[in-house]
Amino acid sequence: MSRTVVRATVNGEPVEFLGGGGQSLLDALRDELRLTGSKEGCGTGDCGACSVIVDGRLVCACLMLAPEAEGKRIETIEGMADNGHLHPLQHQFLEHAALQCGFCTPGLLMASKALLDRNPDPTETEVRYWLAGNMCRCTGYDKVVRAVMDAAADLRQAEKTA
Amino acid sequence: MSDGNQPPAGFKVVGHRPIRPDGVDKVTGRAQFGADFHLPGMLTGRIKRSPHAHARIVKIDTTAAEKLPGVKAILTGEDFDVGAGGEIEAGESASAMKDVAANCLAKGKALYQGHAVAAVAATLPEIAAEALDLIEVIYEVLPHVIDVDAAMADDAPVLHGDMFTKGVTPRPDKPSNIAQRYVMGRGDVPGAFAAADVVVEGSYTTAAVHQGYLEPHACVASWGADGQSTIWSSSQGQFLVRAMTARILNLPLSDLKVIPAEIGGGFGGKTTVYLEPVALALSRKCGRPVKIVMSREEVFLASGPTSGSSMDIRLAATKDGRITAADMTLRYQAGAFAGSPVHLGCMTAFACYDVENLALVGYDVVSNRPKVAAYRAPGAPMAAFAVESAIDELARKLNMDPIDLRLHNAVKDGAKTVYGATVRSSAFVETLEAIKAHPHYQTPLKPGEARGVAAGFWFNIGGESSAAVHVDEDGGATVVSSNPDIGGSRASMAMMAAETLGLPIERVRCTVADTTSIGFSGSTGGSRVTFATGMAVVEAAKKVVDDLRRRAAETWECDIAQVEWRDGAAVCLDPSKDVKPLSLKALASKSAKTGGPIAAEVSLNAQGAAAGYGVHVCDLEADAETGRTTILRYTAAQDVGRAIHPSYVEGQLQGGVAQGVGWALNEEYVYSRNGLLENAGFLDYRMPVASDLPMIDTILIEDKPNPRHPYGAKGVGEVPIVPPLAAVSNAISALVGQRMTSLPLSPAKVLAARSGG
Repeated sequence: MSRTVVRATVNGEPVEFLGGGGQSLLDALRDELRLTGSKEGCGTGDCGACSVIVDGRLVCACLMLAPEAEGKRIETIEGMADNGHLHPLQHQFLEHAALQCGFCTPGLLMASKALLDRNPDPTETEVRYWLAGNMCRCTGYDKVVRAVMDAAADLRQAEKTA
Repeated sequence: MSDGNQPPAGFKVVGHRPIRPDGVDKVTGRAQFGADFHLPGMLTGRIKRSPHAHARIVKIDTTAAEKLPGVKAILTGEDFDVGAGGEIEAGESASAMKDVAANCLAKGKALYQGHAVAAVAATLPEIAAEALDLIEVIYEVLPHVIDVDAAMADDAPVLHGDMFTKGVTPRPDKPSNIAQRYVMGRGDVPGAFAAADVVVEGSYTTAAVHQGYLEPHACVASWGADGQSTIWSSSQGQFLVRAMTARILNLPLSDLKVIPAEIGGGFGGKTTVYLEPVALALSRKCGRPVKIVMSREEVFLASGPTSGSSMDIRLAATKDGRITAADMTLRYQAGAFAGSPVHLGCMTAFACYDVENLALVGYDVVSNRPKVAAYRAPGAPMAAFAVESAIDELARKLNMDPIDLRLHNAVKDGAKTVYGATVRSSAFVETLEAIKAHPHYQTPLKPGEARGVAAGFWFNIGGESSAAVHVDEDGGATVVSSNPDIGGSRASMAMMAAETLGLPIERVRCTVADTTSIGFSGSTGGSRVTFATGMAVVEAAKKVVDDLRRRAAETWECDIAQVEWRDGAAVCLDPSKDVKPLSLKALASKSAKTGGPIAAEVSLNAQGAAAGYGVHVCDLEADAETGRTTILRYTAAQDVGRAIHPSYVEGQLQGGVAQGVGWALNEEYVYSRNGLLENAGFLDYRMPVASDLPMIDTILIEDKPNPRHPYGAKGVGEVPIVPPLAAVSNAISALVGQRMTSLPLSPAKVLAARSGG
């Protein structure tokens, strides 16, 4: 199986890894870069547990081939907190108890961040439809949706006072 | 959101809503789940699975695969020898180890599509995949049977030549697919039916559904040259994984250390082993660590699900709404091996109601499907679907409010259940009344909307647990739990310890220990952890408090009876002593001088788990063109004893509702005529997503704290999946004007019922 050197930026840092064959970006993140925060729940793009942001776009890392990451800017859950300070989404997920087992949580957080990056004031319906690609079997989504709405409000407040 | 639960008076931690101690790890990606472990020299394990629903394995030829460079070990069912096997307790029921072993790797016959027949370990995933292709299995395809009623027919293909129905006398003279018949009841059922003013009857079916945990099964196993081995795995019980793996591989328990990974959901489905014995046997063959991770397709094909069912029910009642008798037959799919939860279906079916005359018959039936695993209140949701539908039918016939009818028949403390237990500490009546008084139930429906109500019951269990509390020399404490934390139990453990010790919650941390670092515990299942392991935590904390009081008494040279523990400090009650209170921190810092380290471990067999009751109300509408149902409003009330961390209790209710709604509306195992699963993926096995659900309101009923638990806790995790099937179905029945009897209520079924009238 031929592998090629892939150069990309992950969470602001330049990385190089060997990617190829049928390897997905998710495999590369987890197995080559040991960034195991992104999870594989299905491998078919249905559950969203592997959600990452690539050049500003939300993608399922299991659906992207590793060599396609060449030259791309990738954000994963490991880069969400800022130097040890939790992102408002992470903070609100904890405040609301919006996780139980926590397996889908990294994907839900990345998808929620991608939403708030483009829509700082989503309605409940917008949150629910945006997160429809991120399955959670534990929470019934109630507390997840509330956490995202409250994090959006926190971010808007921070924007105002900045 | 919960309706206004206030923290109980006098408690500083219990009943409040602190951040869970493992929270930051789980929102930052640091938490390590089953597939996240990596060891030097680790190999990839893969499993070859049967493409047939039912086939004799004539021959397995591994020669070509063995020659492939990079292949280090190959395994088949012949490598396992469990002999008679015996049984191992696995939460709410026991597992026959012969069957568990044959489910990990088939022996002689493949009993369902996806049944494991061989396994390989190789240096790279792609080599492992190629090796699987090179393993040649010659099958003799046999006739198969999928449906539970078809599997009970006289001419059905028989899966096990040695299966003679248990619970029938005389013993049948030929084998069948009916593993066991259960009979329970009381009173004079025929007499009560003869005297009844009203009788309702119906037949109901539910589909097999999967637990749907987001994390596929995963483990790493590493065999040591001295026979001492380690397994890292995601499961609902590290001790259960150890017991089952050791039994299948004939190892002493002390030679196997199982380290619990974080678990990405289980719902009962991770109370058995599929991969661990295979990975460890592969590692034993080649001396290198082996990691096996299931794909989602494998999870659907070869793990879980829970039983589909077929049930007949009749109720007899007086015209003022007193249910005088019921008879019910329950037929549950067990999958390829005996062991459906049909006996639990029989026991729970009428547990909410005080019915004098009862006759229940349950059949545990095998067919060519994956072996069922426990799923949240195993066996209860299906039975409740039939019972709560029949009661809804009775309410319509009598023109009674469905909650009033249930109140009229509700169990109260002192009543006898059909399985012999006496009802105690129950708040079913209060739970019904809370729903009746709730604004949701009071709000009139708009045109095109319908409402359904249903109730549910679960036993909850206690059992064997261990926990330790260690006081740190800086005045904090560490709780060592013996149970994997599947939904926030580190929080409840730490909170109960903090409350008992008088420490702020931030000074108490909780860890989940491996099998060598804490005493034995039963699995995380049966809604037992906060109750049973929590009891061990509180007892350990109390021992620590007694030790701290003793040390204070020695310091003050007074009687220990004169030392009270108050708000995290020893207070001297002896008026002759002019001393200031000694805080936990002050005492801990001097521990070396007062008797050494301060710690306690408690192992116990917790008795007195109290049953829980739930009542749900659901409003919905259905699209006129497509038949797609939209849940508009949902409220769940539950008798929870006392909520230790109310947010996580609410979360249990909300999550159970979401799973129950999926069971009612969409989820099912769909088979082709060839007995092959047609929807082994999340795209076609349709679990609820965020846009499918509204907010789910919860009412936590805390009127009856459990007197057998130091903080009043009852199990809460399973009850909430019991009522939704009927709550949804009763609403749709009202909407379409006919009784819906077969789950899931897919758009096509709703549309047909609507137009068919």
